Formats: sequence, C-alpha cells, structure tokens
Amino acid sequence: MADELVLLDFWPSMFGMRVRIALAEKGIEYEYKEEDLRNKSPLLLEMNPIHKKIPVLIHNGKPVCESLIIVQYIDEVWRDRSPLLPTDPYQRAHARFWADYVDKKVYEVSRKIWTTKGEEKEAGKKEFFEIFKTLEGELGDKPYFGGETFGFVDLSLIPFYSWFHAIETFGEFNIEAECPKIVAWAKRCLQIETVAKTLPDQKKVYEFVGQMRKRFGLE
Amino acid sequence: MAEEVLVFGAWGSPFSRRVEMALKLKGIEYKYIEEDLTNKSPSLLKYNPVHKKIPVLVHNGMPVAESLVILEYIDETWKDHPILPKDPYERANARFWAKFIDEKCLSAIFKACWGEEYEHEKAEIEHEKAVKEVSELLQLLENELKEKRYFGGETVGLLDIAANTIGYWLGVFEEASGVELLTREKFPKLCNWANEFVCVTAIKENLPPRDKLIAYLRNRFGAGNASK
Repeated sequence: MADELVLLDFWPSMFGMRVRIALAEKGIEYEYKEEDLRNKSPLLLEMNPIHKKIPVLIHNGKPVCESLIIVQYIDEVWRDRSPLLPTDPYQRAHARFWADYVDKKVYEVSRKIWTTKGEEKEAGKKEFFEIFKTLEGELGDKPYFGGETFGFVDLSLIPFYSWFHAIETFGEFNIEAECPKIVAWAKRCLQIETVAKTLPDQKKVYEFVGQMRKRFGLE
Repeated sequence: MAEEVLVFGAWGSPFSRRVEMALKLKGIEYKYIEEDLTNKSPSLLKYNPVHKKIPVLVHNGMPVAESLVILEYIDETWKDHPILPKDPYERANARFWAKFIDEKCLSAIFKACWGEEYEHEKAEIEHEKAVKEVSELLQLLENELKEKRYFGGETVGLLDIAANTIGYWLGVFEEASGVELLTREKFPKLCNWANEFVCVTAIKENLPPRDKLIAYLRNRFGAGNASK
C-alpha cells in the first residue's frame, strides 16, 4: 500500500520548513496544504485539536504534531536513508539538547525584535546576540552543528536564516557583523539542495513580516 | 572500565526525580548529588553551562541535560525495561504529551494554586480562570489515558514518568495551597492512574516526603490562592 502523506503548513513558518527539509532529505513525496492561519481549516482543527497549529504531518490519516517530534518520526519511519539524527546515544542526546535550545530561545527573541519598539526592542537585540553567540560557541570550527554533515540541529536552526533580512531590517542592526560564523554556516547550509529549495526568499519573508507589523500597528 | 553514573538534582524537583525514576526502573546504579539551587556547585556549572540547571546526568564523565532528553538517553543506553514504545507513531505520541505536560500543565497548575497578586475584585475571576484552564488540560490527559493502566500501557513508560508532576506533585500543590484541581468525580481515570503510579516501586522510592515538600512550598510561595 502506498504511503499517503499530507503536510499542513504555512509558507513562512520556520517550524514548517524543518519538516519540509526533512521530507526532502529523505526523498519522500507528500501533498502540501497551505493553511490560512487567520482562518484555520476544519482539517487542521481536527488533526491538531490541542494546539491548533502547523505544521502537522498526516501519515495514512494519522496526525503527528510539533515540528521536532515530526522530524524524529520521519527519521524513525524512513530509517533506511539519509539519517537526520546520529546513531550514538550520546550524540543523539547532544543533538536533542541543542535543538531544544533553539526551540526555547530563537523564536521568542526573534519575535521580540520585529514586534516591539524602543527599550523592549533593544533588549531583544541584546538577547538575540547572546543566544547566537552561544550557538556560535557550540558550532565551533565544525562545518555543521552535526559535525561533517548537516544534521538535526542544523535543520532545527537553518529556517530562521530566511527571516534574518526581516529581523535585521526591522531591528535596525547587522547580524553578519556580530555573528559572522553563524552567517557563514547558514550560507554553507544553503549549498545543500534540499535546504536551498525549501527556504523561501528572504525578501518575500521581509514583505510578509512588514504586513504583519502593519496589522500590529507598528508601521 | 566500571560505569560511572552521576545525577545532579534537587530533592523536591519533579524533573530530577524523573531521571532517578528511570534509572531505578532499569536497575542502574548511580551516585546522587544534591544541589543547593541558591548556591550552585562548580560541578553543576561545568556540566550544564548553558542553562545552569538540574537535572544533569553524567555518564562516564559525559553530561546530558534537560530531563526529557535525559530520559531518552537513558532508554537508548540501557535497553532493559524500555520506557518508549517501539512503534514510531506511538513514540511520537508519547513525546507529544510529555512536551504538552512540561510546556502547559505545570505553569497553569502553579498559577491556579499560587497565582499572581490581583486586586480583590479581580482575584476571584482570575483564580476561576486559572482553575478552569487546569481543568481543561487535565481533561485532555484524562482522554489520552483512556482505559490504559498507565500512559505507557501495561507498564510505566516515559510519559508516565514525565507525568510525575501530575501523579504526585499536583496533589502536594493542592494540599499546600488548599486549591482543589484533580477531583475524582471529574477525573476518575487520572486519579486511578495517579494511585497506581505512586505505588510502583521505582516511583515510590523516588518521591520526596510529602510533609517536607508541603512545608517548603508554603514557606516559599505562601498559603496559596484558596485562602485569598
């Protein structure tokens, strides 16, 4: 029986991008369904009644929610190719720890920068650099967080790169100047076909964020 | 080489107790180090420089932090008495609910019991809202449990261990604050599960003493919302 896969997603979502990269890395075919987050479909509400959020991967009618949980699911089901997590338990724990760090820190601080003004925004910028300096420390001299190859932590973080132009412009600062290693790492990731094909154009994201800011009364 | 397992924890923390429960279930010997969270040891800061928190598991000198990450590491390293199911879908489900408990439940429970200070008129309304939120979250867990003996099925699994906050700490919070949340009439399955859960040897041996915990909570957070 052929596998039936549906991904409920929203094109600028960093979380959705993680799942799209994972599916592309494994060469899996699926049906992509774009959600209007201001008018969520009955399918989304049925498949993720707890959080009502994207992404949701529906595999043969059964939903999996939460992006990193979905990525691990994909890795476990299609374990015969392109592993996304290392095999060694300690390295896996290390990868999960850092992906969890990205989850806990990067989204919130990014959001703070493009949704606030004045002192709050300045505090956000300071925090942004602290977080990314910590990530640079973890990256060290490795080409990827996963070592020689693109892995779980790289996948969890790279989608945020598509938001950098928006964050920099609205935040009025230069990310590359402060975190050159991270930007070099991101450009390296973008050499990977699956990543390059998945990440939306930074200008498109910038326009999208601009519209959101207008709606929040920031423009 | 003999195996060395260290656990840095705090006696009252459900998070470090989770790690001890899992190790106990698998029959793994370890050395426990109690941390004074107001005066963290150089070892803790060395092993968890990013978050500076407990629990940390140190296995042959290699640290692992974040309780749910540690639980998965324990399961992958010591294969006896598995705590995660084999099926990928069921594994994803267990992970989903463990994350749900950590991200949503504890803070909501805390808010209902000790909450924020509000002016008198607002206090009643805000308290009711907080209690209602906890009720909705507990209902979701009640529904997820269904007719199973444990969240893990016939035996205690990762989700049961992650739900230790619900299985034991919630009852302690209730008693310390006087706020009723996990009632038998509304949540019969969850109450039955909690009773079974605390009777499992590996769990029972790793629960902080009730009176000590109540005294600590009342001392730290006050008498609780029920008295306001």
